[in-house]
Amino acid sequence: MGFENFGTVSFTAEAKVADFITYLEQGKVMATRCPKCGVSYFPPKADCPSCLSGEVEWFEVKGKGKLATYTIVNYGPSGFEDDAPYILALGEFEGGIQILARLSKDIAPNDIKAGMSLVVSSVKRPDGRIAYEFKKG
Amino acid sequence: MADVAIVSAGQSVFTRSCGESIRELAFEAFKEALEGLDITTGDIDASIICSAPEYDKQRSPAGLISEYLELTPKPSFYVETVCSSSSTGLRVAWSLVKSGLHKMVAVIGFQKMSELSSRDAAERMGRGADIIWESPFGLTMPAGYAMYAQAHMDKYGTTEEHLAKVRVKNSHYGATNPKATYRKELSLEDILNSEVITSPLKKFDCCANADGSSCIIVARGDVAKGITDKPIWIVGLGAATDTMTMAGRELLTGLKCAQEAARQAYKMARLKPQDIDVAEVHDCFTVSEILAYEDLGFAKPGEGVGLIEDKETYADGTIPVNVDGGLLSKGHPIGATGGSQIRTIVRQLRGEATEAQVKGAEIGLVHNIGGIGQYGNVTILRR
Repeated sequence: MGFENFGTVSFTAEAKVADFITYLEQGKVMATRCPKCGVSYFPPKADCPSCLSGEVEWFEVKGKGKLATYTIVNYGPSGFEDDAPYILALGEFEGGIQILARLSKDIAPNDIKAGMSLVVSSVKRPDGRIAYEFKKG
Repeated sequence: MADVAIVSAGQSVFTRSCGESIRELAFEAFKEALEGLDITTGDIDASIICSAPEYDKQRSPAGLISEYLELTPKPSFYVETVCSSSSTGLRVAWSLVKSGLHKMVAVIGFQKMSELSSRDAAERMGRGADIIWESPFGLTMPAGYAMYAQAHMDKYGTTEEHLAKVRVKNSHYGATNPKATYRKELSLEDILNSEVITSPLKKFDCCANADGSSCIIVARGDVAKGITDKPIWIVGLGAATDTMTMAGRELLTGLKCAQEAARQAYKMARLKPQDIDVAEVHDCFTVSEILAYEDLGFAKPGEGVGLIEDKETYADGTIPVNVDGGLLSKGHPIGATGGSQIRTIVRQLRGEATEAQVKGAEIGLVHNIGGIGQYGNVTILRR
């Protein structure tokens, strides 16, 4: 399985990093790392341009991150109309990993603060589509 | 090697819906650029056509526009860096002339956004992000810039009122620009009371989709001098990129691609920010203009709001910015925008601006950004 059911609207399915979706189905949000250079990638990459290795390894993004910035989107583009309003956020995690995702609907807009503690986890939507989102950490 | 100059610059009226085809739209800017010059289409050695794809159905628009403007059989090709496509076109034109390959090159930018509904246009712009990892969350251009605005507010105490003051200024000048989509002055209250599109950005913090075209004629120095008494010299060029993903951004309170492009352009021109007499910056959103003040070195990081508070970026201030109304008033026909900014600076340096002329302007700067800070372009021009 590839990225065809990822997010609200997916625009392409095939990728060498499609294992990401398999892990996501198991509840894990994964990043990749090049074992030769030690560089970590999120979004995950299948290839390391620095050493030209295609032997990257998967590891789970664990632990607490913090909210770097966010926006409450009231006007959704075509395909996203029914989601609005939704909150997009950037979260910073250990090892210099930064992730763009939505904030969980459990977090009230008034409670959102820069620097607040977050965790990232997989979320299955009622229509069967899958994504990851930030919850309070 | 020879110096390179702009001999002429034109643009169409920017409008919500032009009611004509893209080739006819391109002609309007071409006509304004060539009018009054003692040259013909045969003198143009190559054309560079600039736009963002998928707003109209035409594939490979370079061939189409080349034919309509009677530039065929000269070489023509397409250049794209989304919203900064025509600044990239200018950079390529400079290289073609500087290398000696061509003597005169036309850079033609266009966009007909009215072929799409507003939501469909937002979806196209959303796919100007990473379509595997970030577009599926509903990331849009306004949302990306809104995240920069929120980060700037959290770090530096920038307020919604500061942002609104940028629109007050730009609407003031836009009201007198006959090429602008919006020619109405807006009050602080109008802006602050407009609906929130993507927090903290409101309707009037955002530029509008538009139809429009621009055309810049670039020539070798000696050729330029034979055509015009007022060649405008391209003295500084800077271009840089940042990550396609928001996840890859190391800085959220400024655009690194703009900072790097500015550094290159100042170095090439042997100039400093204080030397700039007038600037056009990419105010696709009000916050973008504040970020530009800081990224271009007109203010220190976090102090950009001081320039708008003290009205230093008005036409009679220390560093006039967007005194043609900016993207916020003119509208933002993506591929045409950079060329329109260049046209404004050319008119300023020639003392021919009709909106608001900055007295004695000798050196001007254009800051044109593609996407949510993916492509940074800074161009410095001198009379």
